[in-house]
Amino acid sequence: MLPLREQRELLITTIADLLDGVRHVAVGASSPIPAAGAMLLRARNEACGKAAVRISILGSAQHNFFTNGTIEIFDCAAQGRIDAFFLGGGQIDGSGNINLVGTGGYPQSQVRWPGSFGSAYLYHLVPRVILFRTEHSPRVLVPKVDFVSAAATTPEVPRRGGPHALLTNMALFAFDRGRARFGLRSVHPGFSATDVSDNTGFDYDTPDIVPATPAPDTATLDLLRGRILDELAETYPAFANSMAEAA
Amino acid sequence: MTEIVSLEALAARMAPGQSLAIPVTGVAMAATAALIETGITGLKLICVPTSSLQADFLIGAKAVAAIETSAVSLGEAGSAPRFTAAVREGAFALTDSTCPAILAGLLAAQKGVPFMPIAGIIGSDLLKVRPDWKVIDSPVGEQRPVVVVPAIAPDVALFHAPEADRAGNVKIGRHRELAGMAYAAKHTLVTVERIVDHNLMETEDSAAAVLPSLYVDAVALAPRGAWPLSLWDEYETDTAEIARYAAMARSDEGFRAYLSAFLTRRREVA
Repeated sequence: MLPLREQRELLITTIADLLDGVRHVAVGASSPIPAAGAMLLRARNEACGKAAVRISILGSAQHNFFTNGTIEIFDCAAQGRIDAFFLGGGQIDGSGNINLVGTGGYPQSQVRWPGSFGSAYLYHLVPRVILFRTEHSPRVLVPKVDFVSAAATTPEVPRRGGPHALLTNMALFAFDRGRARFGLRSVHPGFSATDVSDNTGFDYDTPDIVPATPAPDTATLDLLRGRILDELAETYPAFANSMAEAA
Repeated sequence: MTEIVSLEALAARMAPGQSLAIPVTGVAMAATAALIETGITGLKLICVPTSSLQADFLIGAKAVAAIETSAVSLGEAGSAPRFTAAVREGAFALTDSTCPAILAGLLAAQKGVPFMPIAGIIGSDLLKVRPDWKVIDSPVGEQRPVVVVPAIAPDVALFHAPEADRAGNVKIGRHRELAGMAYAAKHTLVTVERIVDHNLMETEDSAAAVLPSLYVDAVALAPRGAWPLSLWDEYETDTAEIARYAAMARSDEGFRAYLSAFLTRRREVA
C-alpha cells in the first residue's frame, strides 16, 4: 500500500482526470481531496491553454462567487450551470443509490449520520456526480442501502444528473446509467482485483484485464506539491499542512 | 417598529412550543445560551437548511420537541453527539429533509402560497418518510411528475449579524437566506456585534446588503455572539473549542458540564 501522501496524491490526480472537460465544479464543505482534484484540473487547463475551470467550494470565501445566499448553488444546478459535484455516503449500493441518513431502523436509527444534505436534489441535476468515499469495505459498499437519500437512476422522470464514477482508497469504478451498475475501471497500486472483490458488498462488472490506476507524473506532482497546496491552505489549512509535513 | 432590547429580553420573546428557524451562517450562539437559560422547552427547530453546534446545544439542553433538517453535523469535528443520541432514543419528532426543499418551503411562505414545486428528489426515501410532500403531474408546461413541498412559516427566525442601525435595519451582506428566513417567519429576532449610529439604508451599496427593519421585531447587542462559530468578515470558527465540545458532549454528563461552563462564561461577558 502507498504511504498516505502518495495515496492522497493518486486520488487527487484521479479526480482531476474524472473532471476533464467540465466548466464549473462545485465542492461540498469538508472535502479537501475533491477540492484539490478540481484545483489540479484548473491548473492543468491553464498550463495547456484549455478552457478555464470555475470552482465553487462551500465554506470558502475565496472560492465562492455566489451572492444570492444558500439557495444559489441549488438554483445554479437547476439551470444546468454546474457540471460536476461530489457525494459520499455512509452506504453506497450496487445500483448507485446513497444513504447519508443512517442504519438500524428509521426514524430511531441506531447508527445515525448527519442527514441527506442536498443529495436528493443535486443527484438529479448535476451531470457528473463523482461518488467519493475513502473507506472501501463491505459495510460501506452494500448490495442495497438501508435508506435512499438520493436515487442514482429514476426511469420515471427525465434527468440530466447522476453518478459518473465511484472512487475509493482501493479502486475506481465507472457507472453505467442504462444498467444502473458499476464496472471496475482500475485498481490502485498496492491492491489487486481480488482485494476489491473481497471488500465490495455489491456485484459489479470486472474486465478481463484490470489496469492499475495511473500514478501522477512529475509535472502533476510539481503542481500538487506547490501551487495546489498553497491554494488548498486557504480553505483546508490542516489538510494542506499534513500534506506538506509528509514531504 | 423594531425594538432594541437586552439579550435576556430578546430570549424571553420565545415561547415554549414555538417553531424556530436557525441558519448555518450567522448563528446566534449567545442568544441560544440566553434562550436555554430561560428553561425553554418544546421548541420545533427548523434548520435552514442544516445546523451544527446550535441544534446540538438545544437538543442536549432538552429544549427541542421536534426538528426539521437536512443534516446536523459538527463538520470537520465530526458528528453532532447530542443529535445522534437523541435520534437513537427517539427523543424528538424527526423530520428529515433535503437542503433546497427547506429553502423552497420558506420561499412558499415568503410568497404567501401553500406549496412550492421543486426539482429532483423523486426516487429518494425522503418521499416515503415525508407524507406532507407530494408528487404531482405538472399542471402546466412540460408534462412530468414534480415534487411539491408545503410552505414553512416559522413562528420565529433567529440569527446573528455584524451590524444593525438604531432603526433596526440589519446588515446581512450576501447571506440572503437570512432575509429568506425573516420573510417567511412571523417574528424575527436578531443579535449583532454592534449597533451603529448611521442609517444603513442611506446609500445604495449599503442598503443592498440590508434586511430592512420592516421584517425585524427586536435586535440585541451580543459581541462575539456567534462564538465559537464564525461570523463573516469578523472572526473565524474556533475549531479548538468545537473539538473540545465534540469530545465532551459524547456523554450527557459531559454535555451538562460543557453547557454549564458556557452559560457561566456568557453571564460573565454580559
